[in-house]
Amino acid sequence: MMEVRVAKRIASRLDSAAFSLDVEFQAPPGITALFGPTIAGKTLTLDVIAGFARPDAGRILLDDRILFDAASRVDLPPRLRNCGYVLRRDALFPNMTVRQNLIFAAQQQPGLERHRRVNEMIERFHLTDVAARRPQEMSRGQKQSCAIARALSSSPRVLLLDEPASGLDAAWRSELYRMLREIRADFEIPVLLVSQDLEECCQLGDEMLILQEGRILQSGRPRQILEQPAGVDVARLLGISNLFQAEITALDPGRNTSRVRFGDKELTGPYFPGHLRGDRVWLCVRAEDLRVVRHDGARPEANQLAASLLRVSEKSRSVRLEFSNDISVELSRQEFERVKDNKEWLVEFPAGALRVVS
Amino acid sequence: MAVNWFPLWLSLRVAALATMISVALGLWAAYALANRRFRGKDVLDTLIGLPLVLPAPVLGYYLLVVLSQSGAWFGVPLVFTWQAAVVASTLHAIPLFVKSARAAFEAGDRRYERAARTLGASDWRVFWRVTLPLARRAITAATLVAFARGLGDFGATLMIAGNIPGKTQTASIAIYDAIERGNTLVARILVLVLSAVTISLVYAADRLEEHSVSE
Repeated sequence: MMEVRVAKRIASRLDSAAFSLDVEFQAPPGITALFGPTIAGKTLTLDVIAGFARPDAGRILLDDRILFDAASRVDLPPRLRNCGYVLRRDALFPNMTVRQNLIFAAQQQPGLERHRRVNEMIERFHLTDVAARRPQEMSRGQKQSCAIARALSSSPRVLLLDEPASGLDAAWRSELYRMLREIRADFEIPVLLVSQDLEECCQLGDEMLILQEGRILQSGRPRQILEQPAGVDVARLLGISNLFQAEITALDPGRNTSRVRFGDKELTGPYFPGHLRGDRVWLCVRAEDLRVVRHDGARPEANQLAASLLRVSEKSRSVRLEFSNDISVELSRQEFERVKDNKEWLVEFPAGALRVVS
Repeated sequence: MAVNWFPLWLSLRVAALATMISVALGLWAAYALANRRFRGKDVLDTLIGLPLVLPAPVLGYYLLVVLSQSGAWFGVPLVFTWQAAVVASTLHAIPLFVKSARAAFEAGDRRYERAARTLGASDWRVFWRVTLPLARRAITAATLVAFARGLGDFGATLMIAGNIPGKTQTASIAIYDAIERGNTLVARILVLVLSAVTISLVYAADRLEEHSVSE
């Protein structure tokens, strides 16, 4: 178990704006995904834990050890922190073979145990063929496996991974995910996974932290966060494109319904616990949850809005339709084939798909 | 007439010793200057670079003052011995070595050292197993340049080691001496040999640097 509560201010410099990090979280054994945009403080959080950046205030606990405590002036150097850190750019020592890299990492253990551990890592991560090679002679994916194997060879109490999948092709990516699942199952240590890839975080993360501008906006199970984003910022980061400022005009817990007005339209949604009538909220709906039907001139049914199609963009597995009023709909290709000849459009908001966030 | 090769051998020996001392001291200075913050860093930096810019007689004078005390300190008088030439050469070789080695340490990618530290390696181990091997080409180049510089010191050497043929007369001083005496042939031969050796060393050093950049 790892507990982190740190604050750090970085003054602006020639090449970077001022930044302040202020995070507090716990990472139990298992994978905790740190998700956020480019400058969110994800890597800085890892650096602070590993001891490469010194927080101004706070405390870092790893199991029963204090790695950092501003109040009692404890600040262990990186080499005493037992953090396996896989840096974003691979940092396998180019002057050593893979095996030597792993032995370097395992040097804390006595000789016999060291070799046993290195051999175990080489076998576990299928590195037998490349053990005698140097990093320069390996592919990006192989290097990444070696980097993780090396970090684990030092028997760390936490594993820090900084965007481990960046630059990997699809095949190596799934190999990496397989590796990480195996690590989660076999090593009972917290794994902090920094990623900008929401899919990756949802696939691997037992817990997820959403970071933005040095703050944690929301934390919880990925599913739970996707279901109920804590705010409009989180919804944006999760890629929910339909966000409308709206007002709750009616709430009926008995029939589990509500009415929400945005613009000059009113929609029926489910009951929103914790909200009051008259609340100004953000209505958020995933593009995949919307449906489109042909507008045959008749009066639109409930929860249908007439909209004009502005743009169609083809994606690998779906088609995205952008309508007036900033409404986007994502359809499967088959569905799109059925409706593509429409002239006039109605966008249907299924009641169950409506969420409100503040 | 027969050319006396003693000055050349003496120069090589002096330069070799001066280089060894420069590397032994310079590596730490370069590493500290590149990686550490400490009090007096600026002073150390300035002092190391000083021999390159101080007029030779000025440096020579300081050395004369210091070395003339050496009898009292070490029981061995150093002035006008070939060891004094080593001291003069070392002072001129160190700044060149430290400058290049420091640049090499600063240019090296920190991520390797960081990774090594998270793996529990001490600073000492990181230096010998990671930092130094990764900078080895640049360090070798710096050593060659230091050697080339140590080979040809003239001013300060003349002042503190003197011009004693067969004892402290190094190649540079022998050339000066030969010209003074109108012995142009000897001067030319020594000039050619020294030039050839120095050019090869600098050329080799440049090639090494080039490789270390492309690596």
